[in-house]
Amino acid sequence: MYTLIDRKDVTPESVWFKIKAPEIAETCKAGQFVMLRSNEKGERIPLTIADWDPEEGWISVIFQKAGASTYELAEYQKGESLQDCAGPLGIPTHTENAGNTIVIGGGLGIAIATPVARAYKQAGNQTEVIIGARKAELVFNEDEIKDFADELYICTDDGSAGRKGFVTDQLQEMIDSGKQIDTVFCVGPPIMMKFVAKVTEPYNIKTIASLNTIMLDGTGMCGACRLTVGGETKFACVDGPDFDAHQVEWEETMARLAAYKDEEREAMILYKKEKECRAEKMKGDKGDN
Amino acid sequence: MTTERKPRPRIIRTKLPMPTQNPEDRVDNFAEVPYGYNEAEAMLEAQRCLKCKNQPCVSGCPVEVPIRDFITLIREGKFMEAAAIIKTKNSLPAVTGRVCPQELQCESKCVMGRRYQPVAIGNLERFAADYAREEGEEIPELPKSTGKKIAIVGAGPAGLTCAGDLALHGHKVIIFEALHEPGGVLVYGIPEFRLPKDMVKYEIEYLVKLGVEIKLNFLVGKNKTVDELLNEYDAVFVGSGAGAPRLLNIPGINLVNVYSANEYLTRVNLLKGYLFPEYKTPVKRGKSVVVIGAGNVAMDAARTAKRLGAEHSIIVYRRSRKECPARVEEVHHAEEEEIEFRFLTNPVRIIGDELGAVRAVECLQFELGEPDETGRAKPIPIPGSEHLIECDVVVISVGNDPNPIIPRTTPDLEISKWGTIVTDRNTGKTSKKGVYAGGDIATGAATVIAAMGAGKIAAKSIHMQIMGIEEAEIENI
Repeated sequence: MYTLIDRKDVTPESVWFKIKAPEIAETCKAGQFVMLRSNEKGERIPLTIADWDPEEGWISVIFQKAGASTYELAEYQKGESLQDCAGPLGIPTHTENAGNTIVIGGGLGIAIATPVARAYKQAGNQTEVIIGARKAELVFNEDEIKDFADELYICTDDGSAGRKGFVTDQLQEMIDSGKQIDTVFCVGPPIMMKFVAKVTEPYNIKTIASLNTIMLDGTGMCGACRLTVGGETKFACVDGPDFDAHQVEWEETMARLAAYKDEEREAMILYKKEKECRAEKMKGDKGDN
Repeated sequence: MTTERKPRPRIIRTKLPMPTQNPEDRVDNFAEVPYGYNEAEAMLEAQRCLKCKNQPCVSGCPVEVPIRDFITLIREGKFMEAAAIIKTKNSLPAVTGRVCPQELQCESKCVMGRRYQPVAIGNLERFAADYAREEGEEIPELPKSTGKKIAIVGAGPAGLTCAGDLALHGHKVIIFEALHEPGGVLVYGIPEFRLPKDMVKYEIEYLVKLGVEIKLNFLVGKNKTVDELLNEYDAVFVGSGAGAPRLLNIPGINLVNVYSANEYLTRVNLLKGYLFPEYKTPVKRGKSVVVIGAGNVAMDAARTAKRLGAEHSIIVYRRSRKECPARVEEVHHAEEEEIEFRFLTNPVRIIGDELGAVRAVECLQFELGEPDETGRAKPIPIPGSEHLIECDVVVISVGNDPNPIIPRTTPDLEISKWGTIVTDRNTGKTSKKGVYAGGDIATGAATVIAAMGAGKIAAKSIHMQIMGIEEAEIENI
């Protein structure tokens, strides 16, 4: 069992867990992920490790409440335990000799962009960070990133924080300013990563995308996470999660991510029904007293 | 004058068939297909054994189960004793009684089989194991602890067998398993209707009672390397399996709802996708499911699809029925369940709809030509025979490659060009001192019992090495 040392709501849509997992914290590196399962009936959920401390023996993850499984996971409170947590999985992000680097995190991707950007910086690269979200209340980690990044740019769709616009607008502006950019790393919704790749491609800027595909085991056993990169089939769990963003077949990747839309809806309906039942029951119990 | 003759025992020529669930009923549930013998049936079948002195059947068993002796005990009604004697050699009899290809092993050597049908050894083994489980069996007395520690990588058939044998020698054994449940292919691959998971669980719990420790969610190669384990343990056995699915190099292979057999079966078996949404892992319930390949795993996938509600569950195989790698019994069960077979047919591409989901498989018809290098007739495509099979789910079941994590993270370990760990088949020794390997990681994808046999061989040589026993003394242990 894996105890929740702490948990908090990072934004109205996302939750931060600090999990006791000494064996994972000991060997973990930026860009790697864990497979989390809340209980016997739960899904194995792949989550990138947001932060970790080998001395204190914990890792943290941030996840978005997107479907029944993540809503259920979000209900877990400090002191409670998760059934399973396996990792660190995947190949760590290569940060050596990246040169002038821009790390882009969109939406929940901010959680992953943070440790990756820190790793780029620690490897001696000039590192600037762009984070983007729909609105101000979905932006997080600004202070943490400011602590180490050479520059932080914030973009929101509605302009309620930072500049009004997409992360790609900020990126394009930086390219247009004639700034030397050697590496771009992006993580976030696939549609954002696709457009980041489109922006950098004409300039031949090396662009890495961190893929959060559907996964089952996370160890190369099933191929649920597969995608086409440069015409070849790759497994995000063991060959990734980082890939050359210019080589990824984005349409296919997005289609595969949406493979269980109908089932997710069905699971969500059941989850809501069960939650209502529980609430009713609690009301009833109180009434009896 | 007549001399009184001793009446000759009546020879029952055929195996006592096992009662099974009706095909019409069973395609709607995941419960086990055969029911197993009852006590009277088991005793009756046991009477067919000729009690051969030289026991050819045992030579056909990779783990050398004392077949004649356990069958004799069943014949005498001593069922618990029968189970106990099996367990001296085989830690997982409820598993092997169900999934071993007995027709190619013990039963193929049975003297009865020369003229009639062989004794139903597998059915009897299953009976004894089930009986003992239901009655509750005692743990054998264990030898004094030797103080030696062995690490085992992977809680599949090879690792579990190796662990059981080493525990019986008094060694401390820890198994490291990457998934959240022990059992390997027994829990993620083989379906409930062929091998109920409660039975696997029970046999593993028995090993835990023998003192075997299982550490779940632990990835050797990631959390700790084999080299790090070697610093802490007296020996390491690698049984990490053939977990990497082979796919086909055809257009459309990455369309939505194209599964590897591993993924399809893992969703259903390990994560209980057939109970979605109560269990949270979904699996696509296709109306028309095409399974490519004709091995045991392909049969499992096709029969699973039927149980998930497929109107058509279709096996596509490029050779003919004769060459099907699946066990005869599995093909038979599949046919009973109205699985459709398209022999001499091979996919050339998978076609998707506007959402990127599979809609059909385009296939070519083949005919059999001259024998190829494997001695089997080579299938030759018939020009212009392209045709579509409409479907909404495709399962690729054309085999697995060895899991690459240990080979990639362990220096000085000799690896073959197929990605398997090179071992001495008589000892399980690898090129690295103190490291042993067996099962699919050493041989490439094979059977449960072959992996168990390899686990057993390795256990023996690990025991000899860490206790400093010489080859010459082997007969005495």
